[in-house]
Amino acid sequence: MAFGSDRGRFTEMKRSVVDKNLGPLVKTVMTRCIQCTRCVRFASEIAGTQDLGMLGRGSGEEIGTYVEKLMTSELSGNVIDICPVGALTSKPFAFKARNWELKGTESIDVTDAVGSNIRIDSRGPEVMRILPRLNEDVNEEWISDKTRFCYDGLKRQRLNDPMIRGPDGRFKAVSWRDALAVVAEVMHQVKPEEIVGVAGKLSDAESMMALKDLLNKMGSNSVSCEGNGVQPQADLRSGYLLNTGIADLEKADAFLLVGTQPRIEAAMVNARIRKAVRSNFAKVGYIGPATEFNYDSEHLGTGPQTLLEIAEGRHPFSSAIKNAKNPAIIIGAGIFEREDKDAVFSVVESIAKSANVVRPDWNGLNVLLLHAAQAAALDLGLVPESDNSIESAKFLYIMGADDLNLDKIPSDAFVVYQGHHGDQSVYRANVILPSSAFTEKEGTYANTEGRTQQTLPAVPTVGDARDDWKIIRALSEVAGVRLPYDSLLDIRERMKMVAPNLLSMDEREPATFSSLIKPEPKKEMSMTPFKAAIENFYMTDSITRASKIMAQCTAQLLKK
Amino acid sequence: MLARRAAQRLAEIRQAFRHSAQASRSLSTALNYHIDTPDNNPNMPWKFSEQNQGKVKEILSQYPSNYKQSAVIPLLDLAQQQHGGWIPVSAMNEVARIVEVAPIRVYEVATFYSMFNRITVGKYHLLVCGTTPCMIRGSRDIEDALLKHLGVKRNEVTKDGLFSVGEMECMGCCVNAPMIAVADYSNGSEGYSYNYYEDVTPKRVVEIVEMLRKGEKPPHGTQNPNRIKAGPEGGNTTLLSEPQPPPCRNLEAC
Ligand code: SF4
Ligand code: FES
Repeated sequence: MAFGSDRGRFTEMKRSVVDKNLGPLVKTVMTRCIQCTRCVRFASEIAGTQDLGMLGRGSGEEIGTYVEKLMTSELSGNVIDICPVGALTSKPFAFKARNWELKGTESIDVTDAVGSNIRIDSRGPEVMRILPRLNEDVNEEWISDKTRFCYDGLKRQRLNDPMIRGPDGRFKAVSWRDALAVVAEVMHQVKPEEIVGVAGKLSDAESMMALKDLLNKMGSNSVSCEGNGVQPQADLRSGYLLNTGIADLEKADAFLLVGTQPRIEAAMVNARIRKAVRSNFAKVGYIGPATEFNYDSEHLGTGPQTLLEIAEGRHPFSSAIKNAKNPAIIIGAGIFEREDKDAVFSVVESIAKSANVVRPDWNGLNVLLLHAAQAAALDLGLVPESDNSIESAKFLYIMGADDLNLDKIPSDAFVVYQGHHGDQSVYRANVILPSSAFTEKEGTYANTEGRTQQTLPAVPTVGDARDDWKIIRALSEVAGVRLPYDSLLDIRERMKMVAPNLLSMDEREPATFSSLIKPEPKKEMSMTPFKAAIENFYMTDSITRASKIMAQCTAQLLKK
Repeated sequence: MLARRAAQRLAEIRQAFRHSAQASRSLSTALNYHIDTPDNNPNMPWKFSEQNQGKVKEILSQYPSNYKQSAVIPLLDLAQQQHGGWIPVSAMNEVARIVEVAPIRVYEVATFYSMFNRITVGKYHLLVCGTTPCMIRGSRDIEDALLKHLGVKRNEVTKDGLFSVGEMECMGCCVNAPMIAVADYSNGSEGYSYNYYEDVTPKRVVEIVEMLRKGEKPPHGTQNPNRIKAGPEGGNTTLLSEPQPPPCRNLEAC
């Protein structure tokens, strides 16, 4: 009795609100909501999806969707950061850890070519959550749902021991020494031009440099990076970068999107375009397969036909670009895979010339890349010598490339797969060398606008895995073609000779020459319509394909 | 001893207030979220009727073409009249389509205003004013009389579908308190009327209900035979002389 009454003295009506189902990412505890409407304004102003609203009035007011509806936005996870009271929280992270148990590591995201700045919160060997870090030039304070929730993929399907496929077709775990010895031996048995290397979409610049050096030392020059297509154009940086810069896209007042669906390919770039549409009333014209936009846009056509019409001034949209003060043309990197890409590029360049898109004070001719490794690979000159190097390979070194067409690999080829996930390419591998994922290593990446950024290790590697460049360095030793670097600093010295821009960390090095001085292409443009480069926003690489959360999103949010 | 008694008294007072606190929450006729039912779901087709198409055009013409969304309230009102006094979710979707906004923006408006009903109401929707002046003049008794006579609860429709009783905040008639408003949806948007019956008594509201049931139109306005409009009972008692013009307005005379 000394401590007062054991009965509650709150006899008034207690307000409570029904929780809403917003999908697999955002959990709601609506009784906590203070009706600040930050989530409503975020959804309608920045994410551009009009799902959330303020319903009712007075004390009965609540946040909701009124009809049963999931939040279908690729930026929906940001409402978790925005909500001041925890009415909207992360469903995957809920009750998994306490804030004070977490160690934060400032890193960058590699699931798309934007290079969003993130903080990886880890507890011991586990990544517990990923949060955005403010960088006004890249992702502002938002990140896409793929960036935020792909981390559970890092715990599943991991490769943790070197393995060799036995005669019975099963993999057997072996020691690093044995695995490397086998690889080195086979590498010496084939002809130099039959050695082919492919870097994956998540590779860091250091490992790509090492791979290229190793293969060059073996006498081969067939190194490429996934997604860059055959015979990529790597001579002029302006030919593969987002020259305007992500932040400066806000200043544009007309957009021509050629074969690119920024909402799916680079959600943060899309948010900038949306910003320009809202504040400058920018006109957006889109050429490509039918897709959804979250701002006003005009679907001009599906293929090169429309592009030609604009180039010849026969299309109504060509005057929109010509009359714009700061026109921006964005070409999707999906075009890289087309046979006639040079012809497409030259038509786009002729549009750019006639509309004065490239001026000393404004460069509006852009390429939007798809993968984190692409820009650095082209900076480092990962350009294969011949068009069909994979088809003629006897020794194929796959460094994390999981979207290769495995049927193209000859059946007698010896395939080494170095990577962190047992994804698609391991089915064809003869030897598996486990490497570390982006959360476990220090690696340099260049994003689509040519900004060099760095990942930092947040958690230890799993099992016996090693950093990519170290594996290649060790292999070179075993193969008797020792690479002259022993540390990250040494390898960066080497990178400096090839691409000095990859050393100026967090800086964006714009391309110096404009690509308008290229020679005329020989090929004719074919009239096949542009294809969608990415079908499923939530699953684009080995990490996101291994993620359960991303699988739930695919099942619930993408169903038509 | 004294403290206990004081606490008891306080609990009683709270008890008395608790009822009204809950009552104020149930002003609107429905929940703040939609639950699919056979007669109210998004797949139900809903269109403005032939005659109302013209009215829709007229309503839209009153607003600039780039601010179409301003028409959302008059359009919802028209939809409610057409649909027998309430707005199904498919009608909200239709309004959203017409004013070119996302449906959620229309849901927000429709849930905000308690005069938009989102569940069925009777052909005659009786709204009792529950705000202070009317309450002091006995609006609780008025409501009780109505509910008892019709045998329903608040916001419930009588079996014959003719009547429902709701509560409303002050309707600006306090000088003739207590009052009820009767929304007449019996004849669609053409025969729609929204009339005030003022100075009512528990007996008088029952009479009004019975007249409505017979299809008669009871005279609206004050129900006190001794008053004219909002004038005092038994005629004016002051300001009986001819009104004088304000003295300094006549510039010559000044
Ligand atoms: S941000 Fe959170 S507190 Fe604010 S309105 Fe939304 S749910 Fe409620
Ligand atoms: S209080 Fe009833 S009309 Fe004003």
